Amino acid sequence: MKVTVQEIVMPKLAESVVSATIERWLKQPGEQIGMYEPVCEIITDKVGAEIPSTIAGRLVKILVGTGETVEVGTPICLIETEAEAESTAAAAAPAEEARSAAAASPGQQQARPAGAMRGRYSPAVLQLSAEHGIDPADVQGTGTGGRVTRKDILAHAEASSKGQAPASAPTSASAPALEPGDRIVESRGPVRSSGLHLGETPRIPSVEIEGHAIPGRGEYFIDVTPIRNTIATRMRQSVTEIPHGWMMIEVDVTNLVVLRSKIKDDFRKREGTNLTYLAFFIKAVVNAIKDFPIINSVWAVDKIIVKRDINISMSVGTEDSVITPVIKNADQKNIAGLAHEIDTLARKTREGKLRVDDVQGGTFTINNTGSFGAILTQPIINYPQAAIITFESIVKRPVVINDMLAVRSMANICLSLDHRILDGVICGRFLQRVKENLESFSSETHLY
Amino acid sequence: MPVLDYIEAIRLAMKEEMERDPDVFVLGEDVGVKGGVFTTTKGLQQQFGETRVMDTPLSESAIAGVAIGAAMYGMKPIAEMQYSDFMFPATNQIISEAAKIRYRSNNDWSCPLVIRAPIGGGIFGGLYHSQCPESVFFGTPGLKIVAPYTPADAKGLLTAAIRDPDPVLFFENKKCYTLVNGSVPEGDYTVPIGKSNVLREGDDITVISYSLPLHFALQAAEELAAEGISAHILDLRSLQPLDKEGILEAARRTGKVLIIHEDNKTGGIGAEVSAIIAEEMLYELDAPIRRLCGPDVPAMPINPPGEKFFMLNKDKVLEAMRELALY
Repeated sequence: MKVTVQEIVMPKLAESVVSATIERWLKQPGEQIGMYEPVCEIITDKVGAEIPSTIAGRLVKILVGTGETVEVGTPICLIETEAEAESTAAAAAPAEEARSAAAASPGQQQARPAGAMRGRYSPAVLQLSAEHGIDPADVQGTGTGGRVTRKDILAHAEASSKGQAPASAPTSASAPALEPGDRIVESRGPVRSSGLHLGETPRIPSVEIEGHAIPGRGEYFIDVTPIRNTIATRMRQSVTEIPHGWMMIEVDVTNLVVLRSKIKDDFRKREGTNLTYLAFFIKAVVNAIKDFPIINSVWAVDKIIVKRDINISMSVGTEDSVITPVIKNADQKNIAGLAHEIDTLARKTREGKLRVDDVQGGTFTINNTGSFGAILTQPIINYPQAAIITFESIVKRPVVINDMLAVRSMANICLSLDHRILDGVICGRFLQRVKENLESFSSETHLY
Repeated sequence: MPVLDYIEAIRLAMKEEMERDPDVFVLGEDVGVKGGVFTTTKGLQQQFGETRVMDTPLSESAIAGVAIGAAMYGMKPIAEMQYSDFMFPATNQIISEAAKIRYRSNNDWSCPLVIRAPIGGGIFGGLYHSQCPESVFFGTPGLKIVAPYTPADAKGLLTAAIRDPDPVLFFENKKCYTLVNGSVPEGDYTVPIGKSNVLREGDDITVISYSLPLHFALQAAEELAAEGISAHILDLRSLQPLDKEGILEAARRTGKVLIIHEDNKTGGIGAEVSAIIAEEMLYELDAPIRRLCGPDVPAMPINPPGEKFFMLNKDKVLEAMRELALY
């Protein structure tokens, strides 16, 4: 039988192992080795292992000594064997299968007869040939099967333009030496779309909403915002559940006007906020509520709940909505304190910074309707409170005092009341008290 | 510039975005206490607390659904699917809900959601730990899909995804976690979604790929350079939207295109890239467009020799590249 000498190579032990070190040879040259018998011990950064022989035979030569590190796939020893030479068994197998797998997947370029691809001109070749006035038949093909490649044409064109003329028709185009990356086609329009490509946003169509076919008229729609929806719900609830009564009185606030004009600039400088009429008004109302606590209550069908805390809801309006932030424990604040609180809440409202607890817990509502010029209002009660009061515009009017005409600053005060809880007499008395309080503000009034 | 592992770059992106924006939070199986089964979210719950790094029950459709709800409410969730193989119960949430919310509500609602999922095999994980499901979600308008390869791209794309106002699927390759490392720029930066990146310039063949196979392509290109073959390698980075301009420019450079991905060939991303190239620049092609992909076989085997046969590797890639170069 034929005797051959074969190699054993360093095998791959783990996924990321690329090399290994011989730690100890277990067999010496001259010794017989059985199939799969260990020939040496190796060590890698991950494992220590024994290398089994894949061939039965006699160890002839050690190629890698103890302590040497070699890459995976390097032959480490030679074995003389009588077995048929298996074409480099174990270690070559991964390479084999990789190659066969690779050959299995992309393009099958199996052995073609030489020159079979000679006449196969790719679109790039035809394009470039036309541009440079080259006949591809004249060009040496360096591709598989003798194919003329794009690079061949480009190389040919460059060679011709440099004056070394291979046998090809003279180029009128006289193309300068082209870099492979050069743009070949000049006119490159926008990349065509064959549908909605996912990177683009589609053109947003503009839709005309048609109005009704009433000649001379049209209409448009406004979306209902959440806040408008809330206002609508609350108002509806209040009006349907609470039987509203209404009354008004007029108040002579001349002294108040004088007081305020006198101190407002000073106040502004000292406190940093404006001193509005509302602060005085709230003070007057709160003191009146203290005398008539039933005003500060809630209807609970079988009982009336009178609230001890006087939390004043203040109506703050904008162009398209109204909201009522609450001044908590308003009876514990003096006029200056009320002025600050009013300012803070109004600012927060305008800036949209109100929080949930800013608008909850109100027991009585005050609305400064005079701030937009009204002289009479019929307010809707802030459910589930018992009443709401408005302070109308201050107007200079001729009045009769002690049978004489005088010009005084007059303001109307309107009250809507829950007629289940409150009646005319009690409300009339309440309003009288408010009037008294307001008319008592004079230059002697202390703000603090 | 510091050198980070792929997994470190992903972790850093999440950490920095969570520091920057209190609306960003992470949810998924084992992401909190354990720090992720790959350690991707390690340390995040210690830093940000239970309500920002949440361990969820074992229910992918709930993970996605809850994340979508939170996103619609205004938060910026990063939902982790432990393995992309597990994503499929969440498919309805992703395709029929997340992808369509902005469109169906006429811009009233949006869904700024990120779903992270590890893809790819080579870890002896078999059927349920090795899949590449990109092609399942690919082609669904309303979704963005990214699959970075370099750590710098991983951090930049994840940051961009978190900041994106629409749903983004972030497919990270599990084998790349510690296999791939690279320089990552310091500080705040993003990589734009929808832009590819040229990793290596060359004039003989164009290789277009994403995720792990780029590793093999780059190694193969080095070896082929010694043989006189220069390869132009394009990292897609974004699968949806594909960078059409980038793809066409890279293809034009050489006229010979090899598309590589680990996902199986039929119906994969490569098919779309190939169609785009053929549609837009047929007359500049010097060779048929080639695709080197995973085989059309139901699952990656779990036995090591089987997995080795299935997986792409440097040798397979090199063979394919050389053959195309010589064509």
